[in-house]
Amino acid sequence: MTELENQSDYAPDMITRREAILRVTAILGGVALVGGTALLTGCREENTDVPFTADEIAYLDEIADTILPQTSTPGAKAAKTGALMALIVTDSYSPRDRKIFRQGMHKLDKASDTAYGVSFVKATPQQRLTLLNVLDREQFDEGERRKAEGIKRTEAFLSEKTAPVSDVNPAPAMTEQPPAHYFRMMKELALMGYFTSEIGCTQAQRYAETPGRYDPCVPYHAGEKAWAPHA
Amino acid sequence: MTTPEPLSQPVARTPSARHIPIFNARNEDVMPDTNYDAIVVGSGISGGWAAKELTEKGLRVLLLERGKNIEHIKDYVNATKGPWEYPHRGGRTRAMEELYPVLKRDYALNEKNLDYWASDKDSPYTEVKRFDWYRGYHVGGRSLMWGRQSYRWSDFDFEANAKDGIAIDWPIRYADLAPWYDHVEKHAGIAGSHEGLAQLPDGQFQPAMPLNCGEELIAGRLTKLFEGRRRIIPGRTANLTKELTGRSACQYRNACWLGCPYGAYFSTQSSTLPAAAKTGRMTLRPFAIASEVIYDKNTKRATGVRVLDAITNKTTDYKARVIFLCASTLNTAWLLMRSANDVWPGGLGSSSGELGHNLMDHHFRAGAQGKLEGMGDKYYNGRRPDGFYIPRYRNLFGDKRPYLRGFGYQGSAGREGWSRGVAELGVGAQFKEAMSEPGQWSVGGTAFGEMLPNHANMVSLDQTKKDKWGLPVQKIDCATGENERMMRKDMIADMAEMLDQTGVKKVEIYDAGYFPGMGIHEMGTARMGRDPKTSVLNSHNQIWDAANVFVTDGSCMASSACVNPSLTYMALTARAADFAVGELNRRNL
Repeated sequence: MTELENQSDYAPDMITRREAILRVTAILGGVALVGGTALLTGCREENTDVPFTADEIAYLDEIADTILPQTSTPGAKAAKTGALMALIVTDSYSPRDRKIFRQGMHKLDKASDTAYGVSFVKATPQQRLTLLNVLDREQFDEGERRKAEGIKRTEAFLSEKTAPVSDVNPAPAMTEQPPAHYFRMMKELALMGYFTSEIGCTQAQRYAETPGRYDPCVPYHAGEKAWAPHA
Repeated sequence: MTTPEPLSQPVARTPSARHIPIFNARNEDVMPDTNYDAIVVGSGISGGWAAKELTEKGLRVLLLERGKNIEHIKDYVNATKGPWEYPHRGGRTRAMEELYPVLKRDYALNEKNLDYWASDKDSPYTEVKRFDWYRGYHVGGRSLMWGRQSYRWSDFDFEANAKDGIAIDWPIRYADLAPWYDHVEKHAGIAGSHEGLAQLPDGQFQPAMPLNCGEELIAGRLTKLFEGRRRIIPGRTANLTKELTGRSACQYRNACWLGCPYGAYFSTQSSTLPAAAKTGRMTLRPFAIASEVIYDKNTKRATGVRVLDAITNKTTDYKARVIFLCASTLNTAWLLMRSANDVWPGGLGSSSGELGHNLMDHHFRAGAQGKLEGMGDKYYNGRRPDGFYIPRYRNLFGDKRPYLRGFGYQGSAGREGWSRGVAELGVGAQFKEAMSEPGQWSVGGTAFGEMLPNHANMVSLDQTKKDKWGLPVQKIDCATGENERMMRKDMIADMAEMLDQTGVKKVEIYDAGYFPGMGIHEMGTARMGRDPKTSVLNSHNQIWDAANVFVTDGSCMASSACVNPSLTYMALTARAADFAVGELNRRNL
C-alpha cells in the first residue's frame, strides 16, 4: 500500500494517464478492499444468490459499454448486454463463480470510489477506461500464465521417458479449473453478450442466415466486418 | 462489404408426398399389424439404411424407435434461429446440467439442440470407469447430430488384427465391402476429392467442399515436405454439393446439428426414411423400446421382438422372419443380453463369451494449433460445414512406431472471431472496432486415434439399477491402454511438427483430455468373425446362434480403424440386407 499512500495527495484530475493506471493498480491490488465497508451502488456482497437489481444491471451495462462502446456501430448498452450478463451469471454460473463475479463488481466499485471518489457508473468515461485497463492487464497476465502451464503439462506428457502402468487414461487427468479472474468473466460475458445480440451480429458484424454458397478465398479489405456464425 | 448473392435460390422440400404410416400410443385408432417380413430395431444411421434396403427389396418392414418422432424439416424448430433468439444465446444453464449429468461433460449440452439428446435421468447407466455416453433417442437417432465425416476403410484396416495378432481377424476384406460403399455413397451423398490413397480409398464422391486459402497454403507445403506421404485433403463429408432427389445442395449455413431445412446433410430423415416410405412397405413405430428378441430354441430362430411402449408401458410382441438390430452398440448388446436367456444365461449371441466385450471408441482431443501470418488480405464467404483431413501415415509404407495402428487429423484454418478478444489485451472503442473485423488466420488439427480391441473393455447388465421403465441398465467398464497412450504423444507432436514446418507461427500443443465414449464412436460389442467360438456374428452380420438375426450397427466391428465409422456401418448394413433378402428367397431363413 506504500505506493498508494505516497500518491494519496494526488488530485485525480491532475495525474497523467500512466500515473492513474499505477494508482488504480495499487488500489485494485490492495488487500484493504476485501471485506471493506460496502457503501456503493447496490452491489450486495453477502448474498450472491439473489437476482440482479435494475441498478446492478445498469452497472453491468456501463462495464460492458466501457469495453464495447458506441463507435460506428451501437455499443454494448444499446444491445442490452448488462441484462444478458446478469442472466448468464444467474442461470449458468456455478455458485463459486457467481460469488467471484459479484465480489468483482463490488471490488471495482470500491476501487472507483477510492480512486475518484465516485462509484463506477458515476465515474467519467476516461476514469472507467483507466479502471478497466488495469483489470484487463491483470486478467491477461493470469490467462497467459495459465496457458503456459497447460502447454507445460502437455510437454511433460510428451517427454515422459517411462510409461506408467495405466489402465485408466492416456491423457492428463481432467480436473476442475481454478476460477478465472472476475474481469475475465466480465469481459467474456460482455463480448459474448454483445456479439451474439442482433445488433452485434447484424451491425457490428455481417450476418447471413443462409449464405447459399462458399467462396474459399476472397480478397479482404481493411474495415470490412467479420462474418458472424450461425448460432 | 456486400453480401454475395446465393448461386441459386434454395428450395426447402418435403421428402415425399407419400404418407409414412406411424402408430404409437397417441394414435391408437391405427391398429398395428403385428406381423412383418422384417423388424428393424433402431432408426439411426444403420437402422434407416436397413429399413430402406429391406423395403426396396420388397419386404414389409416395421421400424422400431424407442423415442419420439422428429419429422423432417417441420420439427427442426431451431434451424433458422439467430444466436440472439436463444435466451442464453445457445449456451447451457445449471438447470440443464442437473438434468443432464453426462451430457454436461462435453459440448453436447447446449440450448440449441437439447431436444435431440436422450435424457440422462430417464436412462441412467453405471460407469465402472468414466465412460461418456451421448445418445439420441428419437427417430433418426444420432444421424441428426452426427459430424458427417465419411471415410472408407482399406485393407490396412481389415487385415490389421490378423497381422498384429490382436483380437480376431475380420471375416471380410475391402473387396467385400467396396461395392456397398459405392452403393451407400451414391444415395447418401458424400462430398470428397479423389486422392488415390491406398489407406483411404476413393469413392463415389460429389464435388469436394474446397479448402480455403489458409488451408491451401499449408497443404501445398506439407505435400512437398513429406513427398506426399502426409497430406491435407478436403474433409469427406455427408453434405451435398449437388442436389439429389428431394434434397437441396448445401447452403453453407454450418448449422447441421439443428437439422437441415434443405435436407442437405445425410440423416435418416433426409435420406433413408423417405426412400423406405416411398415403397409403401415401411411402418414406423416410435416410443417402442425393444426389450427382448423372442427366440425359439426348437427352430433356432428368432420369431420376433418384444416391445415396451415408452408411454403406456404396454408390452406387444411383433413377429417377423428376419430381424435387424441397429439400436447402437451399447443398446444392441444390452438387448441381446436380455434375449434367449432360457438357452444362454448371458443372452443371445453370448455362446462365444464375447458379447458385450471389446468395446472401442476413438481417442482424440489432442493436437496442435497456430497462426498463419501474412494473409490479412484474404478471407472467405459462407460457412463451410467441413474442414480438412490428414489421412493416416503412421505404421504404413515402411513407417514403424513403438505402438500399433495410427491416427488421422481433422482440422481447419480460418480467421478468428470476436471470441479471441477474451484472451487479448484491450478494452474500449479501438478494441471493439478490431473485434468487429476478422482476426488473424489460425489453423489447427485434432487427431482421431485407433483404439485397440480389448476383451476387458466391456458392457454388462447392472441388475441393481433400473431406468425409468424398470429395465436394468448397462454397466460399462472401459479404458484406453498403453498403445493409445504412446500413440497420443505422436498425435500431439506430429501436428506441432507439421504446423511448424509449414511456416505456421506461435504453434501451441494441447491435450484436452479424453475418456472413452467422448468420440461418440462406440463400437465392438458383438464382433464379426470367422469362428463362432470367438465371435458373435459371421461375415454377413448374422448371429451365429440365430441365423435370422442381423447386427449391423457399430457393435459388429472387430477393430476400430482410425476413421469415422458411420459410412462403414451404412455399407455393412446394405450388404447384410442384400444377403438377408437373398437368404429369404433361397428359403434359408
